[in-house]
Amino acid sequence: MSEYIQLFIVFAKVGVMTFGGGYAMLPILRREIVEKRSWAEEDELLDYFAIGQCTPGIIAVNTATFIGCKRKGVLGGIVATLGVVFPSVVIIMIIAAFLQSFADNQTIKYAFCGIRVCVCVLIFDAVSKLWKKAVVDRPTLLLFCAVLLLSLFTSLPVVLLVILSGIAGAVYKSVKGGGGK
Amino acid sequence: MILLYLFFRFASVGLFSVGGGLATLPFLYEMSSDTGWFTTGDISNMIAVSESTPGPLGINMSTYVGYITAGIPGAVTGPLGLITPSVVVITVIFYFLERFKENKTVQNVFYGLRPASAALIAAAGLSILKLAFIGSSFDTGVFTSRSFIVSVIMAALIYAGVKKTKLHPIVFIALSAAAGVIFGINTV
Repeated sequence: MSEYIQLFIVFAKVGVMTFGGGYAMLPILRREIVEKRSWAEEDELLDYFAIGQCTPGIIAVNTATFIGCKRKGVLGGIVATLGVVFPSVVIIMIIAAFLQSFADNQTIKYAFCGIRVCVCVLIFDAVSKLWKKAVVDRPTLLLFCAVLLLSLFTSLPVVLLVILSGIAGAVYKSVKGGGGK
Repeated sequence: MILLYLFFRFASVGLFSVGGGLATLPFLYEMSSDTGWFTTGDISNMIAVSESTPGPLGINMSTYVGYITAGIPGAVTGPLGLITPSVVVITVIFYFLERFKENKTVQNVFYGLRPASAALIAAAGLSILKLAFIGSSFDTGVFTSRSFIVSVIMAALIYAGVKKTKLHPIVFIALSAAAGVIFGINTV
């Protein structure tokens, strides 16, 4: 029982600290799940993010379900997911009920301009740490650059990029022989 | 009855929006014109609120819509509907992966997926970078504006802080919020 409560609390913590969508969750998640608790490895986190991109629903929710399942099975997945959305639901309810002009408040706007600067530094730091697990040789470097450029300069759907990269990886490895790791 | 409808309406959004928060937007516009539960103005307000509160846009939006249509029970039902399809799909994929993770083809697919995943995260970081330093409209005056200069100095300090200390990311987020208010950073 207590493990479920811990799962809920840890993910509620991640939820409350995530400003600016799924990707902003990555640095917090890395800290709480990989570094502090060893609930998942760096490469697993990357896998979950990749799958979260091309499956229905929100990346934050998908990643929480994965890690919850890994810890405590189906129920764990549900508990972790409820944990990650819990703070947002409470906060939005309060805002909807009392603070209609919340987003127009100038102080809040200033604070969030500051937060945005911080979030992008944190994301790049997290990417640089994940990089070592993802870009292991020349083909993966090529793939990284190709996907980065395509997602910045074209409007190809993310799902397509993810699926093509998976196929590229599988084809390259099987043509080269060997494979595995 | 309206709760049931809310649940299924948001479950279908959850099922068909692939690729994160902003992917839910087209569905929300459609829902607005179908049901009249909220206006398109409500949607832009909600995007602003979502940017200024923790949590994913889809969850915030479903809570808000649920609340204005059916009060607190609605505010709980909306997000529950939204997350139900993902939880089911991901749970199935998880058990599939557990079973086949030693499989060579599965490992080879991940060999390709990981750099793609890192690249997509980097791309998202770059688009936030643009928003954070330049804002949504670009003109050359931006580089000499006070907000830009303060932001660049802040970014350098945060980067040094992240590299040199073991502080939790939330510490840097809180300090940046304070700095934003103190220096009146106004990137629009």
